[in-house]
Amino acid sequence: MMTAQKKHVVGQQANEKKGWLRAHKWLLLRRVSQLSILALFLAGPLFGVWIVQGNMASSLTLDILPLSDPYVMLQALMAGNLPVTEGLIGVVIVLAFYLLIGGRVYCSWVCPVNIVTDMAAWVRRKLGLKVSSPFSRSTRYWLLGLTLILPLITGAIVWELFNPVSLMFRGIIFGMGWAWMVIIAIFVFDVFISQRGWCGHLCPVGAFYSLLGKKSLIRVSASERDQCDDCNDCFIICPEPKVIRPALKGADKGIGPMIDEINCTNCGRCIDICDENVFSFTSRFKS
Amino acid sequence: MSDKQSRGASVDSGTKQVGASKATLNRRKFLGDTLKTACGAGLLGLGMGTYSRQVESTPAWVIRPPGALPESEFSGACIRCGLCVRDCPYDMLRLAELGEQVAFGTPYFIARDKPCEMCEDIPCVAACPTNALSHELEVIEDARMGLAVLIDQEECIAFQGLRCEVCFNVCPVQGDAITIEMQHNRRSGKHALFIPVVHSDACTGCGKCEKACILEEAAIKVLPMELAKGLVGEHYRFGWKQKQVAGKSLVTPDVEHRYNLPEGVSYDFNEGGLKLPPGSSQEAKASDETPFSSNPLDSLKKLQNQESK
Repeated sequence: MMTAQKKHVVGQQANEKKGWLRAHKWLLLRRVSQLSILALFLAGPLFGVWIVQGNMASSLTLDILPLSDPYVMLQALMAGNLPVTEGLIGVVIVLAFYLLIGGRVYCSWVCPVNIVTDMAAWVRRKLGLKVSSPFSRSTRYWLLGLTLILPLITGAIVWELFNPVSLMFRGIIFGMGWAWMVIIAIFVFDVFISQRGWCGHLCPVGAFYSLLGKKSLIRVSASERDQCDDCNDCFIICPEPKVIRPALKGADKGIGPMIDEINCTNCGRCIDICDENVFSFTSRFKS
Repeated sequence: MSDKQSRGASVDSGTKQVGASKATLNRRKFLGDTLKTACGAGLLGLGMGTYSRQVESTPAWVIRPPGALPESEFSGACIRCGLCVRDCPYDMLRLAELGEQVAFGTPYFIARDKPCEMCEDIPCVAACPTNALSHELEVIEDARMGLAVLIDQEECIAFQGLRCEVCFNVCPVQGDAITIEMQHNRRSGKHALFIPVVHSDACTGCGKCEKACILEEAAIKVLPMELAKGLVGEHYRFGWKQKQVAGKSLVTPDVEHRYNLPEGVSYDFNEGGLKLPPGSSQEAKASDETPFSSNPLDSLKKLQNQESK
């Protein structure tokens, strides 16, 4: 009876101490961000309000602001095709943004697949599934290399025939076809086959953006790490748990409290889940 | 000896060896894992690469927007952003969905459903961020999305001697891309066939003719250039063209063709056909009458005379 009472539920402490809304602040903000971006693209085809045209690969906002995905453009470049001026401007703007704000901010604040894999992780926690991923977390970099070499060999942008990220985004805006099967497949894969399998181990898009954000300015920091009561909630909720340990437990090794890891997605779930307010967003200069 | 030595060494540095074997194990595991991932990625790449080659064999009814690069280059340049689709004022372009026969996410149109309206400012090309729709295309009449081919000459009602010419009338490059050529109607013997003929030097492949064809299944269809066009061997030289270029015949001597005709009679196709010598108009008139006698015995006598000779 005693053990049942003491059974630890992830996030319970934070909910009780901070209230549900504050314990989900960054999660909610991220969902608002992800859905607003989709809404901006959808307003045109659905309601005839043309704010943004195109999709994540390349878009035009209010008929003047071009934005292009540097990863797709790089694949085209490997196939031997240079973008035109608008495309180039779009790439530069997007590159600058993620270099400053954090590469994998793309993953947690923009990418629609993140909603699916977060949901899968939630289901795993609720079901108490313990199967872990059979893949190494470096697999994504191998796949990133592969997706850049294939255009060189075949002369075609091969990865974009498969890429679930662009597939889902384009599907929502231009028509799904059978693309929803791929989305369900990723969900099932993440729940039953591989924990955080897609975003955390395989996705070459995330791998590309992680490299972009190596020196980005905005970072999560375990600034109040001496307050940590070892409840382990942040490790359980974090999509990239390896990034937390050095910052949180590295005080005696002289490692700073800032999470200086390319695979931190700046999702802010650790900030939400911590009832001791150990984590906070900070800038690189502050630490 | 060497066995003993190594055994001795292992006893000497017992703790050191434990550390070393752990390191080799780690190294082995690392190498094994790396090899596994590399092979996995390689196999995946092989599959994806092979599939992508297959996808390039687009069905013939798929027409790319104006200015599109040849299919093999297009698949390396189009980033599937859909900006061309959005900028088409007539909404005739679409992005291929997963499960369609067209490379996933690439733009195309089907002429029979909605043909290209050939906008003068070519907004789809202007919108393309990568030159997959070549920005070198500045005049829409220079576009070559495909080539219209009057592919079924059995069903096309013009070949039955009916007046249709709808394809000719809807053609945006009318009179250049499609002309009407008259042919003899051998069925009736006294009418003309009004045959639509497509000219590849002017046809943009917009598909208006295919859309407008009045048959249940269009007899005129826009085909990809490489399917529609033949190519004469480079070594071919047409005598009459060479003659025009050189100003004289390159074959010596240039023998004029001679018809085997009675004296004074000449024939020239371009100048009205058969020419009789002057003053023969009377004879010509007389010869209008039938050369055979109305009495059948006459021709019999003629035959007998010939035999007796």
